[in-house]
Amino acid sequence: MATRQAAPRVALHAAPLRVGRLSWRVPVRAGVVCLVGAAVLLLLVAVDMSVGDFPIPVPDVVSALLGGGDAGQRFVVMELRLPQTVVAVAVGAALALAGALTQTLARNPLASPDILGITDGAAFGAVLVIVAAGGSGYGGAVASGRLQEVGVPLAALAGALAAALLLFLLSWRRGLDIQRLVLTGIALSAVLTAATSYLLVNARIQDASSAQAWLTGSLNARGWEHAVPVLLTIAVTLPLMLLLVPSLNAMLLGDDAALGLGVRVRAVQLALLVAAVALAAVSVSAAGPLEFVAFVAPQIALRLTGGSRPPLVAAMVVGAVIVVGADVLSRAVLPFTVPAGIITAAIGAPYLIYLLIRSNRRRTA
Amino acid sequence: MTATDLDAPTAPRGTDGSRLAAHAVTVGYGATPVVRGLSLAVPTGKVTTIVGPNGCGKSTLLRTLARLLKPTSGQVLLDGEPITDVATREVSQRLALLPQSPIAPDGLLVRDLVGRGRHPHQRWFSQWSSTDEGVVEEAMRLTDTWELRDRAIDQLSGGQRQRAWIAMTLAQDTDLVLLDEPTTFLDLAHQVEVLDLVSRLNRERGRTVAMVLHDLNLAARYSDLVVVMKDGVVVTQGTPGEVFTTELLADVFGLRADVMADPRTGLPVVVPVSAVPVPTRPAD
Repeated sequence: MATRQAAPRVALHAAPLRVGRLSWRVPVRAGVVCLVGAAVLLLLVAVDMSVGDFPIPVPDVVSALLGGGDAGQRFVVMELRLPQTVVAVAVGAALALAGALTQTLARNPLASPDILGITDGAAFGAVLVIVAAGGSGYGGAVASGRLQEVGVPLAALAGALAAALLLFLLSWRRGLDIQRLVLTGIALSAVLTAATSYLLVNARIQDASSAQAWLTGSLNARGWEHAVPVLLTIAVTLPLMLLLVPSLNAMLLGDDAALGLGVRVRAVQLALLVAAVALAAVSVSAAGPLEFVAFVAPQIALRLTGGSRPPLVAAMVVGAVIVVGADVLSRAVLPFTVPAGIITAAIGAPYLIYLLIRSNRRRTA
Repeated sequence: MTATDLDAPTAPRGTDGSRLAAHAVTVGYGATPVVRGLSLAVPTGKVTTIVGPNGCGKSTLLRTLARLLKPTSGQVLLDGEPITDVATREVSQRLALLPQSPIAPDGLLVRDLVGRGRHPHQRWFSQWSSTDEGVVEEAMRLTDTWELRDRAIDQLSGGQRQRAWIAMTLAQDTDLVLLDEPTTFLDLAHQVEVLDLVSRLNRERGRTVAMVLHDLNLAARYSDLVVVMKDGVVVTQGTPGEVFTTELLADVFGLRADVMADPRTGLPVVVPVSAVPVPTRPAD
């Protein structure tokens, strides 16, 4: 019978699960990708927590996590390394989810929070505070010390939200015009980058260098206070976004077709954008702009799962793997210390170029 | 799976044989109205085609009937109720729309596209019921896209692709189907293929069809009711034989043309008259 032939390929993407009158589509391939990705992630997390100035063998890390081991190891693992690793996982996952949402919204792999200017808004906010605060101890600084410690993440958050608001206002015309959103985002991003450069050029050299360090994105000395906002934001947005998955699938067919299928397109677009902005803003405020994670992770996940839009959960797993992997590389593998943000950029930038070349070829072909 | 799943599930509920009607609607983008105080009842169980010169507002009217656009005054009634008062999902359970240029993401398979048509009937706890599966298969068989179900949309020919999109609107399982220029960018053979399908949906499955077409001869061949628009208002409406006259073509389209009877069907055929002598006239 003809239906039989199709069965194996159906199972590859999504298999129906039916219980009585209830039915679900189980994304089999994405599920496998998530499981394998989670295993890789666990491995990387263990390695991440084992390496450092005070190396602890992986089995001892595990026993310290479970409350065993000696007090010194427990302190290093639980107090110093666990929060930092959790920040890496949470930020990677949140950035990837933000990217998957904006890319789905714009139907364009280039539309990630880094390119839409949201990340640049955060950077501007953070640099403004660093430069104004003059943390290097000169008299006459507006703020310093403790205020700067708290102020920088807050300023980053405020900067990201302000940039997002501006993006909304400039691109809203009787609804969300996606083309307009992307172009406005690119322009906004350029303006904010220029403003940040202006601040850096006019800053004292010590402030400029500490601002630069923040700008590259780093996971050093991150604690629970950095992890909690990111985790909370994920906990709020992820379930909502998963409920919207069928609408996202319909919206890939264009706004008119989605409206015809009964999707409340404007409301869904707004929800998507708000969630993406919140995720990107808290992530950047926690770890600085880890370049290209939001852009690359959803696209890698898409290649792995083989659907027609970036998968949400699989993208989060890939994002976490990238950031934790970058952290391991930056702290242990490379012979010199490199901020994690440099490593994610080194992975992401060539991919962006590849994507641009490929889409150009296709257009001219 | 039986054929009955795709049969028109309910009898007409509206008055005067119309479930979908525009009442004095004015619609516009910005300040200038494109459709001006227009009223139109879409007759149930018939094929209605809206024709008119470029920019006459025919697509705008269809999009308004499908509640993609909100009229600035007047209203669209669906089963006697203002369509803006009906929940979005409920509208999509009664009325399906094939937009003019829908987007198919790279690599999307035909069966996944057609499956999306079930969206209005699905809930998070009912994502892919056996009814969904049956209706989708039936829609694909009816449109001859069943054999193409494992192919990606971007690999299909224009005619095949359009049939797949029509299958998606069929999977929506609505009595009312609106098609916005379903034959654009297709060669003549594929245009006929698509409109034959539309005609079968109407005759064999009792679907009410309202569509926008450019080609007057195809409109004459496939429509029960032709609605002629110009400058945002309905100039005339009626059967193809009533509507297509030399005078109307001159008035509305600015076209000098002869209207003849198709020897096979007796339906009107529009033959443009050109001022240029025949030997130098390029192929149309």
